Amino acid sequence: MDKLLSLLSENPRLTNSQLSVMLDTTEEEVERRIADFEKNSVICGYSSVINWDKVPGSEKVTALIELKVTPRRDSGYEAVADEILSFPEVESMYLMSGGYDLAVYVTGKTFQDIAMFVATRLAPIDSVISTATHFMLKKYKENGVRLEGETPDERSPLF
Amino acid sequence: MIDYNSVFRDTAREIKPSGIRKFFDIAAEMDDIISLSVGEPDFLTPWHIRKAAIQTLEKGKTRYSANKGMSELCEEITKYYSRRFSLEYDPVTEAMVTVGGSEAIDIAIRTLVNSGDEVIIPEPCFVCYSPIAQLMGGVCVPIETRAEDDFKLTAEQLRAAITPKTKLLILPYPNNPTGAVMRAADLEAVAEVLRGTDIMVLSDEIYAELTYGGEQHVSIASIDGMRERTIVVNGFSKAYSMTGWRLGFVLAPSPVIEIMNKIHQYAIMCSPTTSQYAAIEALRNGDEGVADMRNDYDMRRKFIVNGFREMGFECMLPGGAFYVFPCIKSSGLSSAEFCTRLILFHKVAIVPGDAFGACGEGFVRVSYAYSLSHITEALTRIKRFVDDDLGLSLPQK
Repeated sequence: MDKLLSLLSENPRLTNSQLSVMLDTTEEEVERRIADFEKNSVICGYSSVINWDKVPGSEKVTALIELKVTPRRDSGYEAVADEILSFPEVESMYLMSGGYDLAVYVTGKTFQDIAMFVATRLAPIDSVISTATHFMLKKYKENGVRLEGETPDERSPLF
Repeated sequence: MIDYNSVFRDTAREIKPSGIRKFFDIAAEMDDIISLSVGEPDFLTPWHIRKAAIQTLEKGKTRYSANKGMSELCEEITKYYSRRFSLEYDPVTEAMVTVGGSEAIDIAIRTLVNSGDEVIIPEPCFVCYSPIAQLMGGVCVPIETRAEDDFKLTAEQLRAAITPKTKLLILPYPNNPTGAVMRAADLEAVAEVLRGTDIMVLSDEIYAELTYGGEQHVSIASIDGMRERTIVVNGFSKAYSMTGWRLGFVLAPSPVIEIMNKIHQYAIMCSPTTSQYAAIEALRNGDEGVADMRNDYDMRRKFIVNGFREMGFECMLPGGAFYVFPCIKSSGLSSAEFCTRLILFHKVAIVPGDAFGACGEGFVRVSYAYSLSHITEALTRIKRFVDDDLGLSLPQK
């Protein structure tokens, strides 16, 4: 695995100078490689894992919506996927194997927001055959990060 | 009322408690301490190793093993030393399994040291050698390794320390706490001093898998003329993150193993069976996991050395183990004062260098067996300590 990418994916706040020390290279080289990764969409963005439930007034509701869609003759799943991912409510989206086609993660302020979004925006799309909405009750882990209850360090300092 | 002062063995009462322990009584009383003090890996034992042990428990394989360890494990150990360090030992007569490297050190010293025998110990070093030697009535002869020698044992220092009473040389490399390693040429120079003598060597190679920069660990046993006098001690704690399993091993000429095994059989009977099964799995399929951990340590090592140098401290880039040993003399404080103030006012726990021998004074041991974000936070606090409390304007290196 590329060491620079694996460092960035786990520690996105490291500076280029810190990265260069660990990788035995120059700051300029790190900067150039990151720019290349960004240009080629290897690094697609930077985001923080935030537990919004802990920010008063910013609580969010998230749902996983299973969509069954009819692929279009000319463009397969791509055109309908493109139509759906353009909605700002859609946080993540994946084409799936198995019982349904698209897994769409939607966030809103309330349950009602999401219900309305499904009813008025997703369901009416021509290719959409059916929807099944699953509301998330609790987040335990996101993007590899445990959101609560960090395991305490049980190591003894004596050795 | 019994007078306890009259019941204890003199040497047992006289050996000093570990300096690390004394210091950490302070830390135990405080909240929000961020620690760079531990001497064990932060990684969990790789899952395939834990699974192998669980499976043997499920099958009820929980009997005693042979005193010297399962023959299957002894065989894997000798294959491992052949594969990694080009040393050949006979699994039946020249290998044995112990309860951690610690037991191996204990019984090796008990096997060799008579009352009045001198034991040469390069310091700073791990804290157990002197007390065990003292319990046997041995006389400890410390050698002060120096920062300008990269904390290596030099042939000149060794030659000067040898007397007709010298029985044993402890060779603790890769070194805890300095991170120093002895390369083949350094070992050759030491070997030249020892050839033709009856001095034995206890080579504590517990950090052998954790060397960085491409150069592998070299065991002194592989240097010409040294195999016959060397007791190699190693274990699974550091390389495979198996500290709590308490499993180590010894490789040595058969007459030595014979006596060591005799003591081991009376003191211990045999090492824990579950741990032995886990160790077989570790040696058969663990190389890749070790390489991954080594890679991570390597990056943290450079990161933390750079952090101390940017604060103006002299800090050797260590070749092995998972500690750095920066010099804090420029602060004007003793090691103990430095660490005490750091923990009391900035809540960072590190270990004073003199806990590892008097010549460690002026240095501190900092472990990097922690995540990068943890290390970053600790370094930020140490920098605040240096800038605000010490009011130092240390020269930028």
